[in-house]
Amino acid sequence: MIGTVRSLLSGAILSGTPLLYATLAEVVSERAGIVNLGLEGVMLMGAVVGFITMVQTGSAAAALVAGALAGALFNLLFAFVVITRRANQLASGLALLFCGVGLSALIGSPYIGSRVAGLPEIRIPGLAELPLVGGVFFQHDGLVYASGPIAVLVWWVLFHTRWGLHLRAVGENPTAAFAAGKSPAALQFQALFIAGLLGGIAGVHLSLGPAKTWAEWMTAGRGFIAVALVIFSKWHPLRAIGGALVFGGAISLQLQLQALGVPVSPFLLDMLPYLLSLALLAAWGGARRHAAPGSLGRVFQRSD
Amino acid sequence: MSAPSEPVAGAMAFGGGRLSGLTQALGLLALGLAVFAAVLLVFGKNPIRAYADIFSSTLGSWYGFSETLVKVIPLILTAVAVAVPGRIWLINVGGEGQLHVGALAATWGALQWGHWPAWLLLPTMAVLGFLGGGLWGAIPGVLRARGWASETIATLLLNYVAILLVNFVVFGPWRDPEGVNYPQTAEFAAAAVLPTFGTSRVHLGIVFALVALAVFAFVVARTRWGLEMRAIGGNAEAARRAGIPIAAYVVVLMLAGGGLAGLAGMAEVSAIQGRLRPSLSPGYGYTGFLISWMAAGRAGGILVAAFLLAVITAGGDILQMTQALPGSVVHILMAVILFVVLGRRAAGR
Repeated sequence: MIGTVRSLLSGAILSGTPLLYATLAEVVSERAGIVNLGLEGVMLMGAVVGFITMVQTGSAAAALVAGALAGALFNLLFAFVVITRRANQLASGLALLFCGVGLSALIGSPYIGSRVAGLPEIRIPGLAELPLVGGVFFQHDGLVYASGPIAVLVWWVLFHTRWGLHLRAVGENPTAAFAAGKSPAALQFQALFIAGLLGGIAGVHLSLGPAKTWAEWMTAGRGFIAVALVIFSKWHPLRAIGGALVFGGAISLQLQLQALGVPVSPFLLDMLPYLLSLALLAAWGGARRHAAPGSLGRVFQRSD
Repeated sequence: MSAPSEPVAGAMAFGGGRLSGLTQALGLLALGLAVFAAVLLVFGKNPIRAYADIFSSTLGSWYGFSETLVKVIPLILTAVAVAVPGRIWLINVGGEGQLHVGALAATWGALQWGHWPAWLLLPTMAVLGFLGGGLWGAIPGVLRARGWASETIATLLLNYVAILLVNFVVFGPWRDPEGVNYPQTAEFAAAAVLPTFGTSRVHLGIVFALVALAVFAFVVARTRWGLEMRAIGGNAEAARRAGIPIAAYVVVLMLAGGGLAGLAGMAEVSAIQGRLRPSLSPGYGYTGFLISWMAAGRAGGILVAAFLLAVITAGGDILQMTQALPGSVVHILMAVILFVVLGRRAAGR
């Protein structure tokens, strides 16, 4: 029993990590007023480029940097279409998703079945040996430990720096921000670059975390779950931590139930995270109008 | 057909007259093809050979042409499934899930009443397919009408649930005990299979698709419903004050859209597969979404774009065989064309 609970918690943290990075990416993007439904494509690019770099160089650090940059550069394509060309964000986001699915499949096809060491596990000396909780909390790869502090960092940057204030102002009301002498386009490009970095990292953890493999469309809807998590977190980076853990828990619970041999079809158990997303979305939906950035999804037309 | 200046799905019309609109559309297509060619070049593939393969395999023979038409059928239906709710700015990305549930419901009918004659069984399956897909579209519709959840996210999440549902039945309760290694239902009775034209695989579903497209164009252009939808799409607040029941439109249009995608699922299991299989659709629902946006939700545009993307979809299978490229590579081409169209249309004026 205790063993199961420990595996469940440990699994929640592991599955929640890429979700947290992805949710933070979408929070930054939406705070700047841009919905990115193509986050899943960004994650796939991060996952495949990180994986290939790992196969080629054997360096986890190089894989992380390459994966994050791949995500960021890929997201700039989206930025160009929705900011510079002012295209519809939802349709462009789905086009970005398709582009990511196809491009990652093309780049990754020679690497299907390749074996890699994955991200090195870091045992925190002293703490990892603690009874019961040691293995659950203090025996993970570096990206797991970094995820919490990075969420705090995103919160601090958004809410306690001048840049974050301007970014949120653009997301609330780009016309007013423009009138105040800010360039909405420049700030939004910067936000989407950072969101791309975070989305790329989420992808790296998917391919080089516990999975240690590359498969076509391996994100399996996690990018969409992250978009739902943003609403659940009320666009707040710190609430995203809790949200990611709940969803990581749902994914982990489904794996644990299968491991225990519960006589329920694995296909029904697999529905859990998606149905949970939908249920939480509906339950939290009423309050979302107050928390959403004012100009979310709209196109800013400067009239000069 | 609707006038080109309507505020359809947030897109502006191609500028100028009919001729310059056509030139512009061809120019955008050429730009998309050129970008994809560059991507292929970067990966050491020969784009000219790739395009030649796609062209000769789809438009180079009667057989290729008929196989392209086979793909046009579900693509028109899933595109109209997006365009119908798109009239009032609803974003239905759930065509894939609605198609799967429609196929599931139609399969239930086929397995239940396999002894019925075709004239009774086929319409029953079509109604079941429509209702199944319609239900799957109406759920996000209700969530949206009550202000509980965005239909965009809800339809996306329900896609995964629907595909898992199909997997569940074909691996579990409905699995054909005789199909030892294949997860699939038993083969349908002959009465449950839609008739085809001549020796080709083009089936009666093409009539469903064209009728759906024509009815959509007619309702939009010639009926009071079309007028009210235009009012909601133009200014929801004004429409509400004028007494138009917006919530009812949200639910009904999502149901109708989902139903059409469900009908595509019924046609696929009945005419193409002859049984329910997990590999029912190579992403027809998502491709239909791209088609509807490329066409700005207009019936004529959907017809043209569905044909174009059917060629590209069929081309993906060919590239997999002749060029050893992953089948999903054509997703890049679809995405690039959509990027070019969306970017051009919004910034062009």
